[in-house]
Amino acid sequence: MQGWENFKGENWKNNIDVFDFIKENYTEYLGDESFLVGPTEKTKRVWKVCADKSLIELDKGIYDVETKIVSGINNFKPGYISEDDDVIVGLQTDELYKRIVNPYGGMRMVEQALAAYGYELDPDVKKHFTTYRRTHNDGVFSAYTTDIRRARHAGLLTGLPDAYGRGRIIGDYRRIALYGIDFLIDKKKEDLLLLEQREIDEYVIRLREEVSLQIDALNEIKAMADSYGFDISKPATNAREAIQWLYFGYLAAIKENNGAAMSLGRTSTFVDIYIERDLKNGILTEEQAQELIDQFVIKLRVARHLRTPEYNELFAGDPTWVTESIGGMLEDGRSLVTKSSFRYLHTLINLDSSPEPNLTILWSHNLPAKFKRYCAKISAMTDSIQYENDEVMRPIHGSDYAIACCVSAMTVGKQMQFFGARCNLAKALLYSINGGVDEMKGELIVKGFDKMTDTVLDYDKVMAVYDRMLDVVAKTYVDAMNIIHFMHDKYAYEAGQMALHDTDPEKLMAFGIAGLSVVIDSLSAIKYAKVKPIRNKDGIAINFAIEGDFPKYGNDDNRADDIGVDIVKRFYNKLCKYPLYKGAKHTLSILTITSNVVYGKKTGATPDGRAAGVPFAPGANPMHGRDASGAIASLNSVAKIPYAHVCEDGISNTFSIVPNALGNDDESRYSNLVSLMDGYFARGAQHLNVNVLNRDTLIDAMNNPDKYPTLTIRVSGYAVRFNRLSKEQQLEVISRTFHGNI
Amino acid sequence: MTGYINSIETMGLVDGPGIRMVIFMKGCPLRCLFCHNPETWTINGATAITSDEIVKKVANNSTYYENGGVTFSGGEPLHQPEFLLECLKKIKELGIHTALDTSGVGKGMYEEILRYTDLVILDIKAITPDGYLKMTSHTIDEFNHFKEVLNKSGKEVWLRQVIVPGINDNEEYIRDLKEYIKDFNNVTKVELLPYHLYGIEKYKELKIPYRLDGVPPMNETKLDMLDNLLKEE
Repeated sequence: MQGWENFKGENWKNNIDVFDFIKENYTEYLGDESFLVGPTEKTKRVWKVCADKSLIELDKGIYDVETKIVSGINNFKPGYISEDDDVIVGLQTDELYKRIVNPYGGMRMVEQALAAYGYELDPDVKKHFTTYRRTHNDGVFSAYTTDIRRARHAGLLTGLPDAYGRGRIIGDYRRIALYGIDFLIDKKKEDLLLLEQREIDEYVIRLREEVSLQIDALNEIKAMADSYGFDISKPATNAREAIQWLYFGYLAAIKENNGAAMSLGRTSTFVDIYIERDLKNGILTEEQAQELIDQFVIKLRVARHLRTPEYNELFAGDPTWVTESIGGMLEDGRSLVTKSSFRYLHTLINLDSSPEPNLTILWSHNLPAKFKRYCAKISAMTDSIQYENDEVMRPIHGSDYAIACCVSAMTVGKQMQFFGARCNLAKALLYSINGGVDEMKGELIVKGFDKMTDTVLDYDKVMAVYDRMLDVVAKTYVDAMNIIHFMHDKYAYEAGQMALHDTDPEKLMAFGIAGLSVVIDSLSAIKYAKVKPIRNKDGIAINFAIEGDFPKYGNDDNRADDIGVDIVKRFYNKLCKYPLYKGAKHTLSILTITSNVVYGKKTGATPDGRAAGVPFAPGANPMHGRDASGAIASLNSVAKIPYAHVCEDGISNTFSIVPNALGNDDESRYSNLVSLMDGYFARGAQHLNVNVLNRDTLIDAMNNPDKYPTLTIRVSGYAVRFNRLSKEQQLEVISRTFHGNI
Repeated sequence: MTGYINSIETMGLVDGPGIRMVIFMKGCPLRCLFCHNPETWTINGATAITSDEIVKKVANNSTYYENGGVTFSGGEPLHQPEFLLECLKKIKELGIHTALDTSGVGKGMYEEILRYTDLVILDIKAITPDGYLKMTSHTIDEFNHFKEVLNKSGKEVWLRQVIVPGINDNEEYIRDLKEYIKDFNNVTKVELLPYHLYGIEKYKELKIPYRLDGVPPMNETKLDMLDNLLKEE
C-alpha cells in the first residue's frame, strides 16, 4: 500500500500540515472502553525484561552510562529490549537503561553526575569539550551579570537551565510518519532559499545556520532509522510504520538532548488514522493495534537521562516528562477522541500504572461522555493522569497544541518554548522587608533597597517596596533568560527537534513563579492582621509575630484571592517591559513540580506564619491545611488566577481526595470526578492533578515501600512513583490537604 | 429570611446524586440512640444565615452542581420549615436539583416543601411504633403523617436505615423492613448504613451521656449480608 492511499484532503499533501491531515481523516469515537484488549505475550515478555532490569537501576541509582560516546542522533549502535519481541524498536543507546552523557549543556553537570554513580568520563571526550570547544554552561557563565549571579546564588532564581538541556521543546514527530524524511528535507531546503530573499541580518544569519543544522539532523535521523533496518525516506504505509517512524523522531530527540522535559506532543489521534485504515483493510487486529501502542509506550517509559543527585532533589523520581496530550475539541464541535485515545490510557492497565508517559487529558465539557467516564475511572484506579482545560487553551493555541512538561501549551510544530525555571516571589517579598539582604545567607542580593524598621508592617508601604523589588527582579530574570537561551542555541541547539518545526516558529519564553500562596497569605496577613517582624542584630527579619486572623488563599475569599491575581498580573507586566531574545513572547507559569520543597528549604520565615525552611505549597495550590472551607472553595481560589494574557504557561493545581469521600461506589466516584472536572474547568481553571487515595496508604507506603512498588501519585504537573521520592518530599506530600470527611 | 445552620459542605459527594452542597441545619426533635451529630440537636451555637446568602453560595458554585445539586440535611431541615421552603424555592429558580435528607419529623408545611424538592432521602428509624419510640424518644405519628404526604407527592425517595448491632442487625428485622418499604411510592434506592463510633467524642465534648456505650461499630461483612438479603428478589 502507498503511504497516502485512501487518505482524504489536499492541503496537507502540498504543505506540511499534520493538523489538516488529522481533521480530514480521523474517526471520532463516541463509545466506551469495552473494545479494549489485554497485553499480548510479546508485550508481557518485553515489559518483564524492563521491570527486571529496573530493579538493578533502582538499587544502583542508574543501570549504566556510556562514557566514551556523547549524545547525538546517530552516535549509538542499535539497541533492543528483546530482538525477538520488540514490535517497536529503538533505544537511546545500544543497551536498555544505559544513559547518555551530554556535555554540550555543560561539563560540570556531566562530571558530577558520573562521579555520583562511580563513573569517569573518557579522557578524549573530556579533552574535546574542555580544550577544543565550549559548552552552553561556559557560554552562560561568561555572560551572566553580577545581579544574576547573586540572585542565582541566593535561590531567588532557581532551576535555571544553564548547565543542562532546556527541554520543553516538542518536535512534531508525526511529520516523519506522514511525509517521510525526504519531503521534510526538501521543504527545509526551500525555506533556506526563501531566507535568501530576506535582508541577511543577524536574525536571518542565525536562522540560516539553524536550518542547515536541521537538514543535517534529518539526514542523521534517516541514518539512525536505517541502522535499525527501516527506510524512513518515504511516508509510512501502515500503523506499525507510522508509530515506528514517529518514535524514531522522538528517539532522535532524546538521543540528542537531555532537557528536563522531553515531551511527546499529541500523537494518539494521528496514529489512530493509520490503525483505522489497517483495521479496515484487514491487515491489523485489535490485539495487534494495542500491542503496537503498548510497546510504543514501553519505549517511552524506558527513556532515561543522566542527572545529578542535586537535580533529583529538585525533581524527584527520574522524571522525563514524556507528556502526551489526549482528547480536546475541534472548533466544529467534534472531539479529537479516537479509539486510540482509549488505547493509550489503557496502557496504564496493561502495563500497570506509571508516571511516564505523562498522560494529559485536554478536557472539555463537550468531550464524549463515555470517554470522560473512562478517564475518571483510570484516574481513580491509577492516579496517573492529569487534566488540562481545552476550553482555555484552544482559543490561544488552536486545536493542535500539546503540553510540554506539565502545563505548558504550545501549537505542535508551530510554537517552541524557551524554558525559564522560576523565581521565588516569597523570597522577593522578604527582600523588600530586609533591604535586599538574603534572610538565610545574610548577604546583600538586590541593591538599592533600605531595610524596613517598622515595628508593625504597613501594607501600603510593603506593597510599594515590593512593587519596586519585583521590577528589579523581573529585569534580572529576563537578563538571565536571554543569556541562557542565546547560549543554548549557540552551543546546544536542538537541531533534530527544531527540524520538526516550521522554519521560523513562534517563540514563547516561559517564566515561572514559586511561592505564590505564601506571598498571598503573607500580604493578606500584613493587610488584615498585625505582623511584627522579629529582627536579628543586623536588622534582618528572621521571624514574624502575627496578631489577629487574616483571610487565606484557598477559601474562595476575594480579600486574599485578589491579592494573588494582582501579584501575578503585576509580575507578568513587569516581565513584559523587557524585550526577549529572538523576539519571543513572554509567558508565565505557576508551577513548582516537586521543587517547592527545596524552595521552601531555602526561604526564611514568612509573614504568613510559615516557619523558615518549611516547604511551599506546590504550584498554585493553597498552603496545606489553610484551605479550610472545603474542596470547592479551595478549587475556586485557584481558578481565579488568570490564564489568558497572564499565566499562559500554566497554573498547576494538585488535588487529593479520599476514595470514600468521592462517592459511595465506583460508578458514582467516576461520575463525581467528571462533575468535579466539569465544574472546575467551567470556571476557567487550567490544570488539575487528581489523586484518589487515603493518607494512610501513603504513610504505609512510606514505611513499607516494598508493599507498594508501583504506587503512583500526581504531584505538581507530573506523576511519580511514591517510593522514588525523598523522605522529605514524601512527608510534604502526606502533609498536603486531603479533601474528604467521614 | 434567616435560618440557623451548623455548617455547609460545598462538596458533598455522598448525600444524594452527584456533587452537592450540603447544608447541615440546626435543631432536631428526635434523640436517636445512634445519632452522630448531637451538636445539631439544639439551636445553640448556630450560625445565622439568610436564604439569599445560601442561594448566592449555591449560584457561585453552580458549575459543580450540574449533575448534583443541593441537599438540606441536619439536624432536621423540616425543623425550620419557612426558611427551608424559601431556600428550596430560590434554588429551584436556578434550575438546580434539590434533596431533603430528613427523618420526616418536622413542623408541617410538608406539601409545599415537597413541591420544591426533587429527592427525599428519608431515614427509617424503626418500623414499629414501639421500636420508633425506643430509638428516637419520639412517637411515630409525625413520621407517618409525613409519609402520607410524601406518598401523595410522588417525589423520588431514597430510604435509609441505620443498622445498629444488637438492635436491628438481624434477618427478621430486614425481612420486616423489606415488607415495610413497600408502603412507599417511587423508592429508587434503599441503603443500609452501618452504625459507627465517630460521634462519641462529640458527646464527651458536649457532656451528653452516650446511650450506646459499649455497642461495637456495625460489622461491614454482616451489613453486606443483610443488604443482600434486603435486595434479593
